[in-house]
Amino acid sequence: MAAEDLPSQFDVVILGTGLAESVIAAACSRVGQNVLHLDRRSYYAGNWASFTFNGLLSWIEEYKNQQEVQITESEQVWRSLIDEGEDVVPLSSVDSSISNLEVFCYASEKEEETKAPLTSCQPVNAETVSEETNGDSAEAQDTVTGDDAKASDAKTQNEEHKVSEPKEEQHIPDISEPSQSQEEKEPQPISSPADPPVEVEKKITYQKLVKEGRRFNIDLVSKLMYSRGALVDLLIKSNVSRYAEFKNISRILTCRNGKVEQVPCSRADVFASKQLTVVEKRMLMKFLTFCLDFEQHPEEYQDYTEKPFREFLKNKKLTENLQDFVLHSIAMVTQQTLMEEGLKATQHFLRCLGRYGNTPFLFPLYGLGEIPQCFCRMCAVFGGIYCLRHSVQCLVVDKASNKVKAVIDTRGQKISCSHFVVEDSFIRDEQRQSTAYRQISRAVLITDRSVLPSESDQQISLVTIPPLEPSAPAVKMVELCSSSMTCMPGTYLVHLTCSSSGTAQEDLAPVVSQLFHVSTIPGEEPSEGAEERSKPAVLWVMYFNMRDTSALDSSSYSLPSNVHVCTGPDGSLGSDYSIKLAESVFLHILPDEEFCPPAPNPEDIIYDGDGPQSEGPGFDESANTEADKSQAEEEEEGAAHEKSPSTESSEPAEMDSVTQQAPSDTTPSSEE
Amino acid sequence: MHGRVKIKSTAQQEEEKRKEREKKLKAFVSARDAVLKKRSAGEHDEEALQLTQQLLSSNPDFATLWNYRREVLLHLETLREKDEVQKLYESELHFIEACLKVNPKSYGCWHHRSWVNTHLPQPDWTRELGLCDRCLSLDERNFHCWDYRRVVVKESGVSVEQELQFTDRLIGSNFSNYSSWHYRSTLLPQLHPQPAPDSAPNTSPSPTTSPQIHSHRVCEEQLLKEYELAHNAFFTDPNDQSAWFYYRWLLGRAEREEMISCVYVSREEERVSVAFSKPVHAQLEGLMLVLDGQPQQVEWRSAHPRLRHSPVWLCDLPPSSISDLSNEHNLTIHWPEKHTHRDCALYTGSAESWCRDSATDQELFRSELSVEKSSVLQAELQSCNQLLELEPQNKWCLLTIILLMRALDPLGHEKETLAHFQTLKEVDPMRSTYYSDLCSKFLIENTILKMEYAEVRVFSLSNKNLTTLCHLDQLLLVTHINLSSNQLLRLPPQFAMLQCLEVLEADDNAIESLEGLYHLPKLEEVSLRNNQICKLSDLESLASCTKLIRLDLRGNPVHKTANIESELSQLLPLVTALAL
Repeated sequence: MAAEDLPSQFDVVILGTGLAESVIAAACSRVGQNVLHLDRRSYYAGNWASFTFNGLLSWIEEYKNQQEVQITESEQVWRSLIDEGEDVVPLSSVDSSISNLEVFCYASEKEEETKAPLTSCQPVNAETVSEETNGDSAEAQDTVTGDDAKASDAKTQNEEHKVSEPKEEQHIPDISEPSQSQEEKEPQPISSPADPPVEVEKKITYQKLVKEGRRFNIDLVSKLMYSRGALVDLLIKSNVSRYAEFKNISRILTCRNGKVEQVPCSRADVFASKQLTVVEKRMLMKFLTFCLDFEQHPEEYQDYTEKPFREFLKNKKLTENLQDFVLHSIAMVTQQTLMEEGLKATQHFLRCLGRYGNTPFLFPLYGLGEIPQCFCRMCAVFGGIYCLRHSVQCLVVDKASNKVKAVIDTRGQKISCSHFVVEDSFIRDEQRQSTAYRQISRAVLITDRSVLPSESDQQISLVTIPPLEPSAPAVKMVELCSSSMTCMPGTYLVHLTCSSSGTAQEDLAPVVSQLFHVSTIPGEEPSEGAEERSKPAVLWVMYFNMRDTSALDSSSYSLPSNVHVCTGPDGSLGSDYSIKLAESVFLHILPDEEFCPPAPNPEDIIYDGDGPQSEGPGFDESANTEADKSQAEEEEEGAAHEKSPSTESSEPAEMDSVTQQAPSDTTPSSEE
Repeated sequence: MHGRVKIKSTAQQEEEKRKEREKKLKAFVSARDAVLKKRSAGEHDEEALQLTQQLLSSNPDFATLWNYRREVLLHLETLREKDEVQKLYESELHFIEACLKVNPKSYGCWHHRSWVNTHLPQPDWTRELGLCDRCLSLDERNFHCWDYRRVVVKESGVSVEQELQFTDRLIGSNFSNYSSWHYRSTLLPQLHPQPAPDSAPNTSPSPTTSPQIHSHRVCEEQLLKEYELAHNAFFTDPNDQSAWFYYRWLLGRAEREEMISCVYVSREEERVSVAFSKPVHAQLEGLMLVLDGQPQQVEWRSAHPRLRHSPVWLCDLPPSSISDLSNEHNLTIHWPEKHTHRDCALYTGSAESWCRDSATDQELFRSELSVEKSSVLQAELQSCNQLLELEPQNKWCLLTIILLMRALDPLGHEKETLAHFQTLKEVDPMRSTYYSDLCSKFLIENTILKMEYAEVRVFSLSNKNLTTLCHLDQLLLVTHINLSSNQLLRLPPQFAMLQCLEVLEADDNAIESLEGLYHLPKLEEVSLRNNQICKLSDLESLASCTKLIRLDLRGNPVHKTANIESELSQLLPLVTALAL
């Protein structure tokens, strides 16, 4: 389709579909702003995305075949669009936020086959990923409008034969990528020789993982939702929660002296704990009760201002045991954290307890990548326009006011706007005050059993792992079961996250080998030692680093004042950072408007078609009424369920009325 | 504005809602009228079921409609084949389930469900149990569901073990749940009964022939596990009372056997006093008095007319039957209903005689927590003390410690007990009066014990902040009593049980009422200085004490009464030494 398809004027143009950008898009659209939401990727949510296994393999492929993109003569095309008194700020076309990607496969290739034909058995190493990653997102993009509709069709076909021919699927013919022909391919430096696949108990083969790949929803970012955190509050307030389903994290574990054990954090946990003496139970409960409203008892802690939280815990007569629980698993802070911060973190944890269950956390079914999409959906419902594989080349700045007045998209169209919101990874280094970043180390594992098997094999666990040695970072691990709709039955999807001190593999491999059985020699059976036997086996693992730009603020960039940069995911467990960021950007753009007011009930929406629906050609979908929209959504959800049938649906039909309210499935709704 | 969704205004929404409500109300009222008409016309058909179903789905608490439904169902039952009846009732269960979703606490629904299940040819109890579990997982305190569940469990014969596991589960998810703890206390004695007493020789120092009945007890091994469970709960949350109550149950509660504890006979008054281990109604008990082999026609009366049930009963013997000092008499009280009797011999030359059980018999005042072995109680006391160190302000812990100390050694722990009571009153001022009364009770018990050890008939308990008097039946034989400098407000009717009382000292209290100084045949001297006796009428009961000669009323408001002296001498002509 021609570039002219887009209207040439918007209130807000947003580039990047990560959480913060999507929330801003929804918030602006909700209060009547005209929003254009773009992403150069073919999938939603940027670094917040979730991928099917096959989608992830494609994403890895893209990463391996990354291209250095240069600004080329195509500039000339839009040069002509620049008027006098206008300046140009080019945007980056290379996403360098992912690095040190390594993939190892330990699942056997086939029963007897030991060849290493497929991509994932070769560790890859590179500094950048390509501009376009054609890995498909798990979700059909119903809000994709205009020319992208075709692309998503193509994508679906894609997925079907990707399994056998991953290489050929890299480039989907798509006119929305004008710069692609100019991209130079650089061969990947391969850091280590190919690892032949190893047989692991013949149960789950690599073939099987690929075959069942659609049952996976693998998040690039691993976060949980604090049940009283900013994200949950926003989901409830804005009614966006209706677009997703959630499950409770069912337990919190920690690793002490090499052993995984449950952390008693709720009253019921403490009561039932077999590891604690009754006196410890009392001391722990007493301390936690104090933390709930510690502000009321300044005499208890005032002597410890500016002193480490750990020291304070010691003074509270908590045993070593309890100090570890509180520090690592409840407050989730470090040895160095100061008292006040530790108390606040503990308090936040405790306030979140019991709202939806016995732990403070929720997890969205089908993965965290759902959440940005939910906000995009809301934006689209209120008229926002979506284009994937469609980016902005440069900003047009009015020299006199030093404000962005328009953007020039990748098709050379000049689109005027009064505000421009952009994800950090699109900003060029020239616009930065500093190019030194923090990094997050990530590992994604597919394993064959839980790190702490229990009566139910459908547990979602948060495992807090204290630093193995004093200098090492603390690691947060989330183990997802198949009923979270993120992995195939019989497997667990394990996410490890820590702030980087080296590469992801350097940071996390020691933890992985401590908690899991990782084959080292081809064909090796798990050693006979009972300890190794009892550990879950790693079938597949991916390490990568993600740039953490959360420390940056507007003073870190030299950009016009109406350009708002959204930093990417931060390293913390919750998403409060991104939500607060989104709110502050929104209030910057629209200081007098409410941030995400509750969406109206469908029955309160007036459907008469006589309103001024000034939509341009090519995005009929966005002009549909919400009824149509939600119908489309339902269909899409239905499809998603088909893909990975819900385990809940296996309840006996006759118990329908009462049993259907499975308590473990909690949808945040307005306060009970 | 582009793409902006248009929304109805609040007023529009309100108006629509109002109309909606009106429509609903109209439909409801007309359906209700139709149903009631059908019922009075005696129509029992499918249509009635449908109509009542509509109404009950919106209001499941309409009991009349459930009744009508039952009538219709009973009628239809007679017309149909067996498997059709099954279907009929099964669909009824589905309907109730839908109603329960609307209101899980509807009396009508749950009752109807029980009824349907008893009429169902083949009830599916497993499914009903599943429904209960689901409901309780949504609201563990839904007592309607608990009630219904008991019916289901009984009918379906779920094993006691399974039920115990069920309580384990509920307590595990939230131990603030009386229903579960209580249910547990009914299951344990069935599952782990205490072995018969003869098979386990009692090693504790307490006498094996205890006057108590051990009922509903649990074997020791299981008890120790239960103690641990309770510890876990009250160490986790010492302010949660459910576990403490369960703990009290575990520690045991013995009931005293009903028996005649004392028979007292006085030559001078020709009167017999009988004390029982529990308050009884002697007139209804068919109590029989045999004097020297001759059954006597006597009239039993309680020590005070206001006491209908009383532990002490009196009767007057026929005149001159025992008045001769040179005669020896044998007296027997028979209590035919309880197959028990008690003898008392009145020897030549004795003015009085009695036969009784001593209160020093430790069991008497330990009945609240006395069943356990002292080693177990000792261990429990240690645990509670450990908790008290961590939670010095916790009232449940303090109270439990006091009870344990009383069960172990009431006299040895007296000082600590008093200190704990003081703390209790400070940390729980709302109940300070309760604690004062409880403390008074324990002090009186201790004093009785001390008196018994000393083998005297003098009861002295002054300056101890007594707020109430109790165990007065134990003081039947006391001749001198000193209650000075306490906080007593009254001498209650039970005081009339002190049939041997000669001297009463109760100075420096706040006594307003002397109701209990009633027909005390031996009372000679009463000192009530600095009390709150205000009216002459308050002193009227003293007139019934015919031996009273000394009365000290100094420092009472009553002295302000006009003509008090002459009034008093008229009221109490025998009092020779009156101090006002």
